[in-house]
Amino acid sequence: MTFDYAPAPESRSVVDIAPSYGLFIDGEFAPASDGKVFKTVSPSSEEVLSEVAQAGSDDVDRAVKAARKAFEKWSALPGAERAKYLFRIARIIQERSRELAVLESLDNGKPICESRDADLPLVAAHFFYYAGWADKLDHAGYGPNPRPLGVAGQVIPWNFPLLMLAWKIAPALATGNTVVLKPAETTPLSALFFADICRQAGLPKGVVNIITGDGSTGASLVAHPDVNKVAFTGSTEVGKAIARTVAGTDKKVTLELGGKAANIVFDDAPIDQAVEGIVNGIFFNQGHVCCAGSRLLVQESVQDELLDALKRRMATLRVGDPLDKNTDIGAINSAEQLARITALVEAGEAEGAERWAPACELPSAGYWFAPTLFTGVTQAHRIAREEIFGPVLSVLTFRTPEEAVEKANNTPYGLSAGIWTEKGSRMLWMANKLRAGVIWSNTFNKFDPASPFGGYKESGSGREGGRHGLEAYLNV
Amino acid sequence: MSDRLSVLKTYKLYVGGKFPRSESGRVYEVTDAKGNWLANAPLSSRKDARDAVVAARKAFGGWSGATAYNRGQVLYRVAEMLEGRRDQFVSEVADAEGLSKSKAAAQVDAAIDRWVWYAGWSDKVAQIAGSANPVAGPYFNLSAPEPTGVVAVLAPQESSFLGLVSVIAPAVVTGNTAVVVTSEGAPLPALSLAEVLATSDVPGGVVNILSGRTAELAPPLAAHQDVNAIDLAGADAELAKSLETAAADNLKRVLRPGRVDWTADPGTDRLLAFLETKTVWHPMGV
Amino acid sequence: MTLRYARRYAPLVTMPITVPAYGKEAAGRLASMADVTADDGALRRFLHGLPGVDAVGLQARAATLGTRSIKTTAKAYAIDLAISMIDLTTLEGADTPGKVRALCAKGVSPDPTDRTAPKVAAICVYPDMVATAKEALNGSGIHVASVATAFPAGRAALPVKLADTRDAVAAGADEIDMVIDRGAFLSGRYMSVFEEIKKVKEACARPDGSAAHLKVIFETGELQTYDNVRRVSWLAMLAGADFIKTSTGKVAVNATPPVTLLMLEAVRDFHAATGVQVGVKPAGGIRTTKDAIKYLVMVNETLGEPWLTADWFRFGASSLLNDLLMQRQKLSTGRYSGPDYVTVD
Repeated sequence: MTFDYAPAPESRSVVDIAPSYGLFIDGEFAPASDGKVFKTVSPSSEEVLSEVAQAGSDDVDRAVKAARKAFEKWSALPGAERAKYLFRIARIIQERSRELAVLESLDNGKPICESRDADLPLVAAHFFYYAGWADKLDHAGYGPNPRPLGVAGQVIPWNFPLLMLAWKIAPALATGNTVVLKPAETTPLSALFFADICRQAGLPKGVVNIITGDGSTGASLVAHPDVNKVAFTGSTEVGKAIARTVAGTDKKVTLELGGKAANIVFDDAPIDQAVEGIVNGIFFNQGHVCCAGSRLLVQESVQDELLDALKRRMATLRVGDPLDKNTDIGAINSAEQLARITALVEAGEAEGAERWAPACELPSAGYWFAPTLFTGVTQAHRIAREEIFGPVLSVLTFRTPEEAVEKANNTPYGLSAGIWTEKGSRMLWMANKLRAGVIWSNTFNKFDPASPFGGYKESGSGREGGRHGLEAYLNV
Repeated sequence: MSDRLSVLKTYKLYVGGKFPRSESGRVYEVTDAKGNWLANAPLSSRKDARDAVVAARKAFGGWSGATAYNRGQVLYRVAEMLEGRRDQFVSEVADAEGLSKSKAAAQVDAAIDRWVWYAGWSDKVAQIAGSANPVAGPYFNLSAPEPTGVVAVLAPQESSFLGLVSVIAPAVVTGNTAVVVTSEGAPLPALSLAEVLATSDVPGGVVNILSGRTAELAPPLAAHQDVNAIDLAGADAELAKSLETAAADNLKRVLRPGRVDWTADPGTDRLLAFLETKTVWHPMGV
Repeated sequence: MTLRYARRYAPLVTMPITVPAYGKEAAGRLASMADVTADDGALRRFLHGLPGVDAVGLQARAATLGTRSIKTTAKAYAIDLAISMIDLTTLEGADTPGKVRALCAKGVSPDPTDRTAPKVAAICVYPDMVATAKEALNGSGIHVASVATAFPAGRAALPVKLADTRDAVAAGADEIDMVIDRGAFLSGRYMSVFEEIKKVKEACARPDGSAAHLKVIFETGELQTYDNVRRVSWLAMLAGADFIKTSTGKVAVNATPPVTLLMLEAVRDFHAATGVQVGVKPAGGIRTTKDAIKYLVMVNETLGEPWLTADWFRFGASSLLNDLLMQRQKLSTGRYSGPDYVTVD
């Protein structure tokens, strides 16, 4: 007899998904003007969850106009009143967090333990945090009476759909802007549910508009002449295109883009916790994390022991049904992403790196990838340079702290980095030398609304979270 | 008064702490506001720009790693040196901008004071731009600003010295290094400033100064993959747009041009424009 | 597993034929590590060379394992397993033969209404109650465990502690739960602690050549830091502990999930280095089925199958049993049970 965990499925029935959704513009759901729709599927089963409207440029224009119209009154509201709306939203998110967690796992494929214990608590916390800023902007360090920018066009990715929405909408609304937000094509549902939360909170019409669609919808939102602020989280490639689009305009832009973070383990690291940090760093959310610790840099003198321990730990990861409460790794978000991961992994093998994955039975339907690590990786390998955005870890080695810094910084990205050592002075020396916006020392993938997040170099510009996150939405 | 023939100055570029001629061997004629010949300035080439970026990159580690106290003292030293050569700069600014001696003197005085203003910021900016973040967990969490890296600075065209100082000092005081393209028509105060910088303990390569055609030098700088940021103060709207577009290739931080009154209180905008926020987490536990 | 010991003992890593800590072969394995226990300095260097423990990370891992959802068949399995792992304990000044006999009866037949309920692993008593318990349990297969060595404070001279141990073994104890000298450990006298454990282990021997199994109690609540817990775990295992145990149940902080997880990791690493299998016993403060299952999940995901038996994992508890029984009744009947439907001991 063995201790096999029986299925522990979270109840699907706590969420009621409509067969179709329109665009949420000016407080009303309405179909796209040309009637176009697309399907959103559950990546763990390929089941069609709903049909949503594909916003065209006319719809984008309508949404921006609605936001513009709402801006006058919204920005003139006393900060304390805006704060109360945001507090209401935060509370409703807490109330509905179970429903939203299930929805997020269905649409995105992430394990319910993560949507329940990471995404949703952080979503509510983000609204709470920025709610409190709304009436304190004079004290935020941006001079007296900082003003909102106007209409914010926000485009978010599929990896943390509702959390990225919160990161965008909470500071925008707190500072008095109105928003048009486009969720990712493969994960539109939680944003559409958020529209209902806005309704429940009594948020004035037009303050938040949600338009669904693909990349072309996002491009026309970013390019709309009456958008004052562009906020984007996604790939570096699209980020660059947006930077070109807004060139020569007055639009303020913040970008949260890709990464190829080094997670650096020294020989004096707390090994068991380092292993957890490595696992959390690359396998959290199937590795669909821009700040994922996708490059393990391990000091050669502990390489064998660390890799043994890491493999042993990886063998305990449970891959499967995102709604099972014991699932550690869920589904890859889309067939397209799976193809990209597969291609890069094949390139890793072709370039001579050694691939390893624990024995792992994958479901037959849906999109899946086993947790994988590559050893024998060098800086020149594609899997050491390109963002894989999947559960694939590249292991490199170093001999000295200087070499670790040099290798860690040898990338066009600069979003995050991890350091594992029990020596305080070395930790601070490393933290100082690493060119990345977030340094996790003896921990990894920690997030908090009070903590600024954002990258150096091609990982983007601007910060989200904390006092710093206000700047992106103020005329300062 | 006398028939003595004055000794003219050969103006040179300032790259990596040295005073080279343009590698192209080209110069262009610089005149005063009335069109009288003042000097021949080096007409820098794309290769000069490239060399300046290399010098700036090389200097970045040391300068950004220097203590803030040290950088503040170096900037203050620049003010001291300028004060001693005040008359020279008054006359150069007067010639360059067609100002009366008193108006030029006001510009120079303001420029000297601007170095002093920014010198004092070196060890304070982290205290206004950083934060201790009360995260909901057992973690020490601190955000602090760091310099962005190598900044290409297109100095304002119209304010040859006060405007110039107002864009260089905020970029470098925080630890960035700069490649500066001078005012195209009035480069001489900038080229003379290089002589002050060279004698003010500013490490070679921290500030590099190129004279020439902005429209020729700016595009390679905007497109350069080893430049981290660009200040478009000296670009017109059309050029600025194309430079910002080129800068997107490696996502440079871009400070767009705007109408600036260089005599006004500069505030902290330019100081903060070329900083990255780094946030460090560490568990707290026994 | 870390370099510092794993690589030095690489031959053992590559031939990890598991031997039980109480078996004859274990001594030979420990002898291969004799150099690290050769003298005070060597022992100190070894223990301080163990990898550090990041408290926050350890606690986070224990908390995450605590979110596993154990339902239906898995829960039924876990409940019965947990019952079979209980060292049902009474360690009161007011203990009497009557009380001990009642506890033994409960241990043999935890649920009078359901004879399929497994019996517990052991009855844990003070040395003077060993004979009573032994008699009451005769033929049941349930072990008698006795605390010893001036439990719970451990503040007595070594000869007294050894006499305490011999006395309990002579009275029929199958297992001895000794306490370490926390004062000696905290003041850095590691060799003193090491020698004491060795001597107590010797005192566990019976004339027929067999021996009572030795559980070594650390009183982790008094050792305070996780680094200390890792060090003392290795120290005790090197000295020959058959089980390592968190607590006496007599201080403010008893077994916690992070401390237990850390001890499980130490056991895992010790096994990887020497091939010797050592058991783990959290004790004190584990009162609910939910808590017990969290511990079993930790065992399952840290040490795995070989440790999921009463031979290698125990719960030192008293009130836990009734909660397990009520949950067991709920699973079999579908309705919630109440305290009137389980026996008070």
